[in-house]
Amino acid sequence: MEIWVSQLFTGISLASILLLVALGLTFTFGQMNVVNMAHGEFIMAGAYTAFVVQGVLGAQLLSISIPVALVLAFVVAGAIGLLMERTILRRLYSRPLDTLVVTWGVSLILQQLARMIFGAQNVEVKAPSWLSGGLALHGVTFPYSRLFILAVVVVAIAAIWFLMNRVPYGRQMRAVVQHRQLAATSGIRTHSVDATTFFVGSGLAGMAGVALTLLGPIGPTLGTNYLVDAFLVVVVGGLGQLPGAVIAALALGLLNATLEFNTNASLARVLVFVAIVAFLQFRPQGLIALRTRALR
Amino acid sequence: MEFRRPGVASFGLIAISIGMLAVIACGGSSTTTTSSGTIKVGLLHSLSGTMAISEVSVKDAELLAISEINAKGGVLGKQLVPVIEDGASDWPTFAEKAQKLISTDKVAVVFGGWTSASRKAMLPVFERNKALLYYPVQYEGLESSPYIYYTGATTNQQIIPALDYLKSQGKMKIYLLGSDYVFPRTANKEIKAYAAANGMTILGERYTPLGSTEYGTIVNKLKAAAPDFVFNTLNGDSNVAFFKQLKAAGLTDKTMPTMSVSIAEDEVRGVGVDNLVGHLVAWNYYQTTDNAQNTAFVKAYKAKYGATRVTDDPIEAAYVQVYLWAAEAAKANSVDPEKVKAAAGGIIFNAPEGLVTVNGDNHHVSKTARIGIIGSDGLIKEIWNSGKPIEPDPYLKSYAWAKGLS
Repeated sequence: MEIWVSQLFTGISLASILLLVALGLTFTFGQMNVVNMAHGEFIMAGAYTAFVVQGVLGAQLLSISIPVALVLAFVVAGAIGLLMERTILRRLYSRPLDTLVVTWGVSLILQQLARMIFGAQNVEVKAPSWLSGGLALHGVTFPYSRLFILAVVVVAIAAIWFLMNRVPYGRQMRAVVQHRQLAATSGIRTHSVDATTFFVGSGLAGMAGVALTLLGPIGPTLGTNYLVDAFLVVVVGGLGQLPGAVIAALALGLLNATLEFNTNASLARVLVFVAIVAFLQFRPQGLIALRTRALR
Repeated sequence: MEFRRPGVASFGLIAISIGMLAVIACGGSSTTTTSSGTIKVGLLHSLSGTMAISEVSVKDAELLAISEINAKGGVLGKQLVPVIEDGASDWPTFAEKAQKLISTDKVAVVFGGWTSASRKAMLPVFERNKALLYYPVQYEGLESSPYIYYTGATTNQQIIPALDYLKSQGKMKIYLLGSDYVFPRTANKEIKAYAAANGMTILGERYTPLGSTEYGTIVNKLKAAAPDFVFNTLNGDSNVAFFKQLKAAGLTDKTMPTMSVSIAEDEVRGVGVDNLVGHLVAWNYYQTTDNAQNTAFVKAYKAKYGATRVTDDPIEAAYVQVYLWAAEAAKANSVDPEKVKAAAGGIIFNAPEGLVTVNGDNHHVSKTARIGIIGSDGLIKEIWNSGKPIEPDPYLKSYAWAKGLS
């Protein structure tokens, strides 16, 4: 019994991680149709932000380092994303496939930059005491780090929903996605909206990076581990669809956990990919589809 | 051996070594192997790419040994001149550069490699050219090229002693966890054969893809299986994720002890000391190994490369193998590969890890096995050793239970 509860929690936790790394991509890829291969490096930038923040704050302030890093990482990764958008991507909006090559180049540059600044060896981000250990209930341990990531995801989704549905700027972002020319004629400054969308998407990747330091390694190639998963969630969920991404992440997380439990990690991964390919045969537009720039 | 996450970063060092390479290349280009009072030796490791930082440390150790030997008068009265090439973490490049060192630079010997993949790429080059390669890293065994000397541990000097230790402690229920490629799978095949012959139970065997970072399911499996010990052959980044998530699930070195064969002093820092304290590792050398040779070696290494650098097993083996070759050449009174080979058997060297003896038949060296516990200072403390050097047996011929493995 305990093992099933543990395993269910592992699946949900995996889903929250998938969703976290994919959230930013629902903006940059889903909304803006940029095949952003540098998304993983924005995650990496967030993780290194956590490392730097811990170094600056020191041991006494370790307990607040992760929340501080979450905020700072949003800004740092967002700024890198904004820089990339302003200098390179805005010239390529009519050529989505070219963004793949260009952003891949940017990802290599960012990786090498991290290697030059922080060294090729992994760095360590300590989990503060309130994130160490876990909540033990009836023989099942729920690690605080995983609960924390779950909470971060829930808060992030609530914030995004609020932004997109209740804030005028969010509505403008949706308007630009749905019909750029019409939005422009209505007086929306589409270039500025593009920049903001990219900032938010990249910033979310940075936050994901901070959360991931609690679970995984922190090195220059950290982001590449998560890039494919992030794209999978966005594609299965439907481009730019937040509810779709949530459902897709949950399905993929639970499926992966179940399959891995009953087979092994390598085979589970293969089976998940097979399931995704089969699914996309029937719904190439993903779980939830909306007419976007991408699909016209 | 396996992939391991690169060690200490130092672009300065890489730059320096590239600079040295340029100087050496210019200075030595007109000389042949033994003319004009020098002997050229090749150093072939990854100085760029993903393996760079591990292999840079190994190259540094070899350069230290060369400068020490030169200070004592060199080999056969001639100074050693290192020719450094970059394998670039790319296996075909290793083969190409090996060929270049042999035919263009005409080096007397090559010290090189880290991953088993790079060694396998270089093997045919050395066999074809009848040239010598010294390889410093523990690996999965089942190999014995006439032109390669293996100065790291083979399985019966690392993995089998680790199992002997666990058995002696009454830890009979083992769970196998490894990255999904040749080294862990080969090692686990041997472990299962050992377990079957020694009354140990294998509760489970799990592999995760290289670079995997999600261990929630594995941790649940481990918890449910409740083994006495986890035998860990995970590699690189995966170790970070595994140990973080193990600790987060409330499992410690007391409740879920592990024995790792790919985590040395260099890796401990990347995984995070907090996550590793109390867990066990199996090697042949630790920075803390207590003898006069090691004290001098650690001091010289830190003096040359910086106090924050650590020494570990592959670094020590790289240092030792230069001395082994030098002793063999001195005994042969020649640097000709065939004569060196003929002289190699029985060469004894008082190394930082203790006495090592070259086995003339299988080209490995005898090594003392050591089990260590990771301390809160990030260093590893020895808690058990085999008492004497173990004869290398790459094909496990002397173990009845291993019949049919190779």
